[in-house]
Amino acid sequence: MKEILRFAQNDKKADDSKNIEKKQNMSRIKVELRKDQIEKIGEICQSFNNEPGELINVLHKTQGTFGYLPAEVQEVIAKNLNVPVAKVYGVVTFYSFFTMIPKGKYPVSICTGTACYVRGAEKVLDEFKKELKIQVGETSADGKFSIACLRCVGACGLAPVVMVGEKTYGRVAPEMVKDILAEYKD
Amino acid sequence: MEKIKLTIDNKQVEVAKGTTVLKAAQQLGIDIPTLCYMHLNDLNIEHKPAGCRICVVEVDGRKNLAPSCATEAAEGMVVKTHSLRVLNARKTVMELILSDHPKDCLSCAKSGKCDLQDMAVKFGIREIPNQDIAEMSTYRKDFSPSLIRDMDKCIMCRRCETMCNDFQTVGALSAINRGFYSVVAPAFEMEIEDSPCTYCGQCVAVCPTGALTEVDHTNQLISDLANPAKTVIVQTAPAVRAALGEEFGMPAGTSVTGQMVTALRELGFDYVFDTDFAADLTIMEEGTELLDRLTRHLNGDKNVKLPILTSCCPSWVNFFEQQFTDLLDVPSTARSPQQMFGAIAKTYFADKIGVKRENLVVVSIMPCLAKKYECQRDEFKVDGNPDVDYSITTREIASLIKRANLKFEQLPNSDFDAPLGESTGAGVIFGVTGGVIEAATRTAYELHTGKTLQKVDFEELRGLGGIRHATIDFDGLPIKIGIAHGLGNARKLLEDVRSGKSEFHAIEIMACPGGCIGGGGQPLHHGNSKIIQKRFEAIYKEDAGKTIRKSHENPYIIKLYEEFLGKPMSEKAHHLLHTHYVDKSKKIIYMK
Repeated sequence: MKEILRFAQNDKKADDSKNIEKKQNMSRIKVELRKDQIEKIGEICQSFNNEPGELINVLHKTQGTFGYLPAEVQEVIAKNLNVPVAKVYGVVTFYSFFTMIPKGKYPVSICTGTACYVRGAEKVLDEFKKELKIQVGETSADGKFSIACLRCVGACGLAPVVMVGEKTYGRVAPEMVKDILAEYKD
Repeated sequence: MEKIKLTIDNKQVEVAKGTTVLKAAQQLGIDIPTLCYMHLNDLNIEHKPAGCRICVVEVDGRKNLAPSCATEAAEGMVVKTHSLRVLNARKTVMELILSDHPKDCLSCAKSGKCDLQDMAVKFGIREIPNQDIAEMSTYRKDFSPSLIRDMDKCIMCRRCETMCNDFQTVGALSAINRGFYSVVAPAFEMEIEDSPCTYCGQCVAVCPTGALTEVDHTNQLISDLANPAKTVIVQTAPAVRAALGEEFGMPAGTSVTGQMVTALRELGFDYVFDTDFAADLTIMEEGTELLDRLTRHLNGDKNVKLPILTSCCPSWVNFFEQQFTDLLDVPSTARSPQQMFGAIAKTYFADKIGVKRENLVVVSIMPCLAKKYECQRDEFKVDGNPDVDYSITTREIASLIKRANLKFEQLPNSDFDAPLGESTGAGVIFGVTGGVIEAATRTAYELHTGKTLQKVDFEELRGLGGIRHATIDFDGLPIKIGIAHGLGNARKLLEDVRSGKSEFHAIEIMACPGGCIGGGGQPLHHGNSKIIQKRFEAIYKEDAGKTIRKSHENPYIIKLYEEFLGKPMSEKAHHLLHTHYVDKSKKIIYMK
């Protein structure tokens, strides 16, 4: 039993990223949506026939367009799909894919799935945190980098795997972190 | 209907196709324990998320255990509800639920009425393993004028969500976050006070644990009663007398008016009055307003707003102030009986007994949580002093009566004090859906036609259907009346009003199922909606037993107008008995 619980606690560390994000939400800056942005969200909802059951797809597409899902965007989606905004927020906070804070220009994603985890993903993650001086779920002050954990990118043979934007790095060791970051100078 | 046969615990049973294993077992008298499951039969609410896994059973030929609440019975199914495997699984589930549940049962507000506690007793839980390494949730407590959220005690049954979203369509609550961090909360984890919550309290009424409770005013009341400088008076809402007995083990539907009055006097209230008196007063104002709008409408006035909507229910008021802000001029401006009582008590009555406003404490006993919020509204204060100082629930007064060592069921009956304790049958039925509009009809009919009603019982307005309508013949003038209880039902009628499709002249709305008798402050029904039916019957029985059954015939109401108010809708009445509504939409979000 204790073993199981300990395993669950490891699992929980990944969930901590959501918790940090939550704290940032509380002190977040209000976003004023422009008219054309509200219309754009309306179009996305309309493309799914304003169907409440399409909430996840709508959020997915909206995040693709805006980069993140601030409260104001969720409110507009809630109105269009005729669901309580609390429900929208519930879905946003459930899936680690959705984020309420803008990601960095180069989002760093560290896979903490089982294979990567046992091959040392945590040490790699710690190195990124140290180098960038941010926690999981946070974005660096210059807006350049953000760190997120994800679960399995389907490249377990390359474990541990790190993604920066669309680019994938395999067999990453903590020593390589500096060099990886150096590739993104501008 | 197609029937199927199955075997549960070696007993054969025949049920309609589509019946769940849980219901089939109940037909055999087998009581499978449930925790997250909730079935409010008469309200058409069945909540079966199969989340807690307490109700699991063993089904022959199936590999895993099946949640009986959500598993359909099948032909020839063989079910065991108490095999060793089932009992072990149930106990493990229970231990896991308890592993991160606070252990402060002794001082928990739900202690003794807690479904989780009952279940722990039922399963004979004597220890909870791994407490040394178990992490506890530490979610912030959320206080509001009416209810308190303590999410550390939440077991994620999500009954509150069903009431808030599906039944009430308020949309204040949703499960958020994931895994260990999941809780039920408003959007963006704002305070409940900033959310679209209307304080109807239905979430509190169904919460199986101490996660959702009412704000407790009993200690404040005890110290006010002990303060010789204060004159403390009390008003009791009509629905309280139809339910209070349940807290003392009496069968549901026992009317305990006389014993309740005795108990309140024993507790030390200086005057024991009745909100029913103020209900009669409400009818005078609201009925007159209805007739006024009707007359102007019939005379061709295009600006008059019809239908008129009742405004006694503070949760309903919150609902339209947030979600139907374009219709703020449609509801009656009449204050609720609680607030009318307070306004009269702190002016007319205070003068009569020569007590200064600030030394008079007006307490209300309500079946309601929203009333706690209502009496704190700024509109109902004079120089910061509220007309009603605070409101306590049926549950709270029961707790106080027990604390005062009173054997409630053995108390003799006694009568309310005069003058604010005299009421009619019309005032009594305010406690049930359809009652306000029936009371208004009794008075409006006689005032409009000048004739005496042969029969005051308007059966066509009664019932527990969610949305009802009837046409009453006002001596050749057909008056169309709509009735809704539950805010989800209200929303449907409101949308018709908004789009101009509504043909009603008057609509009565109550937020809670069955009206106030099913209020969020009433004794917990634990999912047994038959209790609400019994309270319903008790209210009409009380009405039938009254000598005076029409508000405008209440002698003290007549006297009040003669001595103090002048006539209904007079300037003084307007000042004391009417209110205005505020647009609160900015703070909340949508659900069209």
